[in-house]
Amino acid sequence: MKRFDKIMSLVMASAMAASLFVGCGNADTGAQADNAASEANDTATDEAAESDAGTAAADDSAAADTAASGAFKIGGIGPTTGSAAVYGVAVQNAAQLAVDEINAAGGINGVSIEFKFEDDECDAEKSVNAYNTLKDWGMQMLMGTVTSGCSVAVAEKTADDNMFQLTPSGSSVDCVKYDNAFRVCFSDPNQGAASAQYIGENSVASSVAVIYDSSDIYSSGIYEKFVSEAANQPFEIVSAEAFTADNKTDFSVQLQKAKDAGAELVFLPIYYTEASLILSQASTMGYEPIFFGCDGLDGILNVENFDTSLAEGVMLLTPFAADAEDELTKKFVTAYKEKFGDTPNQFAADAYDAIYAIKAAGEKAGITPDMDMSAMCEAMKGAMTEITLDGLTGVGMTWDASGEPNKAPKAVKITDGVYTAM
Amino acid sequence: MSFISYLINGISLGSVYAIIALGYTMVYGIAKMLNFAHGDVIMVGSFAVFTIVSTLGLSPILGILVAVVICTVLGMAIERVAYKPLRNASSPLAVLITAIGVSYLLQNIALLIFGANTKSFTSVVTISPLKLADGQLMISGETIVTIIAGIVIMIGLTLFVNKSKAGQAMLAVSEDKGAAQLMGINVNGTIALTFAIGSALAAIAGVLLCSAYPSLTPYTGAMPGIKAFVAAVFGGIGSIPGAMIGGILLGIIEILGKAYISSQMADAIVFAVLIIVLLVKPTGILGKNIQEKV
Repeated sequence: MKRFDKIMSLVMASAMAASLFVGCGNADTGAQADNAASEANDTATDEAAESDAGTAAADDSAAADTAASGAFKIGGIGPTTGSAAVYGVAVQNAAQLAVDEINAAGGINGVSIEFKFEDDECDAEKSVNAYNTLKDWGMQMLMGTVTSGCSVAVAEKTADDNMFQLTPSGSSVDCVKYDNAFRVCFSDPNQGAASAQYIGENSVASSVAVIYDSSDIYSSGIYEKFVSEAANQPFEIVSAEAFTADNKTDFSVQLQKAKDAGAELVFLPIYYTEASLILSQASTMGYEPIFFGCDGLDGILNVENFDTSLAEGVMLLTPFAADAEDELTKKFVTAYKEKFGDTPNQFAADAYDAIYAIKAAGEKAGITPDMDMSAMCEAMKGAMTEITLDGLTGVGMTWDASGEPNKAPKAVKITDGVYTAM
Repeated sequence: MSFISYLINGISLGSVYAIIALGYTMVYGIAKMLNFAHGDVIMVGSFAVFTIVSTLGLSPILGILVAVVICTVLGMAIERVAYKPLRNASSPLAVLITAIGVSYLLQNIALLIFGANTKSFTSVVTISPLKLADGQLMISGETIVTIIAGIVIMIGLTLFVNKSKAGQAMLAVSEDKGAAQLMGINVNGTIALTFAIGSALAAIAGVLLCSAYPSLTPYTGAMPGIKAFVAAVFGGIGSIPGAMIGGILLGIIEILGKAYISSQMADAIVFAVLIIVLLVKPTGILGKNIQEKV
């Protein structure tokens, strides 16, 4: 008995040690973002202190003061690890980029921004934990969360607290059901309807199959609206098959049904992990339809070891294409590549716009860092409906009180392993 | 034509379940315990092959061999460290809970080493797909290899258990541990050997699973592990042919259920079948056949 006690405690100890490490990994990411944010913040406040007081001696005390009350504290939440990590990392990077730019240009109403990002691994429970962590840190506004499921869970909390929430990419209807929440991306129903309109109006195909995830609100939300809009369009849905979170590796049946029904186009309102499997299984069974997806497919080219030739010709509806020719996109893409060594995706663009929307609304409302969370939210939600933003994901974007953005969708196609505007 | 295609896909998926189920059933037959970490051994094997083939760019054959060795050692180590000390514990639940603990431990270690990002697994099968009936019916190389591997493993294992000395020792231990020990059989060695064989099979199952469904995460083994456990119970836990039949039937039911009933109810159908089988025949399809026990 003695010996087995020892071994058990060894196993338990190593399990606990392992969980500690997992914790560390997350904290590190947060801490890095935090450091970067406070560094940027320090530079800004230092400059301000020098010009105001004119003495270098005031630097330290002024910086300490600012840390206590003189900066807007914006939190961000998203999956920087896990199955949707591509999104979270893009949002974190682009938001940081926007924050740094704004701070360098004098901040919001002359006050700089502190930005802190927490990982939620695309898990609703962890997302709420991350929200509480950020609140402990002193967050005044939330830029997040990145994915729909988490965003809905966190929206319940922000509504209770009356905290201003702007999700860059949470597209499900319920993400903005409370009046304190807004979003930058299209809602799922809008994506579904816009996809159906795009396929119909551009005569992309006459027979369409759909494969969607019935256990996910993002996917089923798009699917429902796609089907109802398809009734008004000159194409026919010949097969609609679902899968669930516990059964998302074998798609042979869904693809076989689409093939048997003679679908020329397969609509995939799903995330890229499953889509990469669908593409590879379709190729194995010799089925080559057009694949058409929404913003969830964005990131498919970044799956480790994925054969990108399988994604050749995949079309997706997204408001942002990195190769667009306008000045703003070019400047953003260059800065992002320089800083993070990667081409930004649509999520990065959404996050960048989100931070600038917060800036625009914050200036409109004339918020100050000493306002409490609730008063700031009241001021911000009024101002959001009054601003017009020329962003990366749309020109002349406006918001209404329901939290939905008004902007026009664009489609991109994957050609030679890169997204190309259509 | 599509029915045949569904059937072949079902047999292919079922063969993977069957190979995993063999690991469950052998361990249960001999150690009378459910090794819930078995699914995660599959994941470890897949990551070993992924690292060798995709990251280091070495040959797939070498990858499979190394994965089999790693999983065998891992299986024996788990048995030695986590299960053996509990073999005479007062409650049989102790070892069951430990197995669940080991399962989470393996998942989290993989999460630490490889991160949670999905990795696209390069198939180790290079056979080109078989085209039948003017390309109406395509059978992928992975499917062919998986089905053949399933058959070979079952025949090999049955011969091993019935003809070899070590196999006879396994049968003896499964029937009566105490008596086997009195007859001079090394019970601990035999149990360790069972874990070694089960884990080696897990490595092969992992390679086949990830070749057919090329997506690899630290949680890849969890769901197939549970399904294979169902298959083992379905076929009669403790029986080698039972695990094989249970696995293949489960695969076919899952695919046909998806095709003809509802694609989103696939898992509900699978587990409903399990409940019905257990109500009608609590020992599983081949459960009563004590002679077949390992």
